[in-house]
Amino acid sequence: MTATPAGPTGFTSDELMEVNAARALADATTCFVGIGLPSTAANLARTTVNPGLVLIYESGTIGSKPTRLPLSIGDGELADTADAVIPVPEVFNYWLQGGRIDVGFLGAAQVDRYANINTTIVDRGPDRPEGRLPGAGGAPEIASNCGKVLMVLRHSTRNFVRRLDFVTTLGHGSGPGDRKKLGMPGAGPVAVITDLGVLRPDPATAELVLTELHPGVTVEQVRAATGWELTVADTVGTTQPPTPDELAALRALKAAEKPGAAGEPATTRKPAATGDPGAAGKPGKETR
Amino acid sequence: MADIRSLQDAVADLVHDGDTIAMEGFTHLIPYAAAHEVIRQGITDLTLVRMTPDVIYDQLIGAGLVRKLVFSWGGNPGVGSLHRFRDAVENGWPRPLELDEHSHAGMANRYVAGASKLPFAVLRGYRGSDIPTRTDTVSTVVCPFTGEELAAVAALNPDVTVIHAQQADRAGNVQLWGLTGVQKEAALAADRVLVTVEEIVEELQPRPGGIVLPTWVIDAVSVVPGGAHPSYAAGYSTRDNAFYQAWDPIARDREAFTQWIDDNVRNTEGALTR
Repeated sequence: MTATPAGPTGFTSDELMEVNAARALADATTCFVGIGLPSTAANLARTTVNPGLVLIYESGTIGSKPTRLPLSIGDGELADTADAVIPVPEVFNYWLQGGRIDVGFLGAAQVDRYANINTTIVDRGPDRPEGRLPGAGGAPEIASNCGKVLMVLRHSTRNFVRRLDFVTTLGHGSGPGDRKKLGMPGAGPVAVITDLGVLRPDPATAELVLTELHPGVTVEQVRAATGWELTVADTVGTTQPPTPDELAALRALKAAEKPGAAGEPATTRKPAATGDPGAAGKPGKETR
Repeated sequence: MADIRSLQDAVADLVHDGDTIAMEGFTHLIPYAAAHEVIRQGITDLTLVRMTPDVIYDQLIGAGLVRKLVFSWGGNPGVGSLHRFRDAVENGWPRPLELDEHSHAGMANRYVAGASKLPFAVLRGYRGSDIPTRTDTVSTVVCPFTGEELAAVAALNPDVTVIHAQQADRAGNVQLWGLTGVQKEAALAADRVLVTVEEIVEELQPRPGGIVLPTWVIDAVSVVPGGAHPSYAAGYSTRDNAFYQAWDPIARDREAFTQWIDDNVRNTEGALTR
């Protein structure tokens, strides 16, 4: 993972992205959380702007209150600290399809100007096979059925593309009215938060428009990192830099990320497993 | 009724070349030891079914035992790609891998239909997605009451489902708790069921959110303490996140992978089994 090192401002571009993503959850009651950056943001929101935020993970936990960032959506701590643990078919049928969840928080490999998402395959040219990505996971139905969708990903021409190689998850389709035509209950993507700024769909065209820059970032930088001719709002705001409290909370969450740092059950029994390279492996940083 | 027997015998009896096999567990309770026994016995031409293929299927795919994968998210959670899965899909190594790809909601409902012995399930799903263009197991159906067009997904009925659970009693009744994923549905959808457990207890004590599978829906129970490692069993172990991270460089390299499988799976006795 590459991240701009903390400069004279005292925080990194990733931290700007994560803090702003957390702030976007200030008014939410319930959030369906994707792993990686969305999970970082949602957990930060719980410790800063929205302590009562109910986190729902697709592994079947409702109201998880982890004290460290989970590596996977099924870490034991998510279940141990949850209000309820439910089977996976219930997650998708009763809770998500049932319209119980305010905000879906997603990452993406590729996003286009209408906030459609590709996490399935990438075209690598005529002479090479399609590059394989993990696939859909819960995203198509999260984006369809949550009240609204927030997205968080790093800004580059690799990720913000003119044309998706595959539409895994519909955002706003090919423009206004597409979601309605398809009978999708939720409002769809309302903000894409990146390490450079924030894009929001134009109410008239549904196209993503640059509405906010992070401190120190220029419009030209964002244009250069976007694969289509980016529309810029008439008035572009500047996001507030992270407060010392926000930064401290974010760094504490990440410092506690290391497995075993907190909340392990007392009855841990280390299996005498078949050759455990993990013993020699150093826990690294979450990469996606 | 479930027989309580060694993992080696249970796998040899219940898992055959060419089978469609589901080894479920949503991050939690993933039946690694049973998958390793499949690798040791060289059972091949498998169609693997699983919502989140995870490292367990990376190992089976890299070992060359898999013809087809039915899934909805193939990654190493929080770490990155499943490199053996990618190498098989992109380069056909060690053999080409056919895919039947879905969303989580679709896969969960396919298991529900399978357990219900219905031909398909309905959901509001896949709308606007390209996924249905690459699979013949998603279609649409019109609601006879409202006229709404809904997604239809074909039922999944594996030949055999393998899961890991915390406990069984001596009669072979099984209880699992914590994240219970789609294990109940996967088990009830299958023709044959193998459960590995952490331990046999005199009496199963009810657990909040726990699922009991009665002995008469299970074919075999094998006692394999730590059989979910590097996944975990709530109350017994924690997820070995360091292993998942350490897997990345092993799986990136064909030789390193093959060496690892030889050293840690193929050329072992299955020391965990009894």
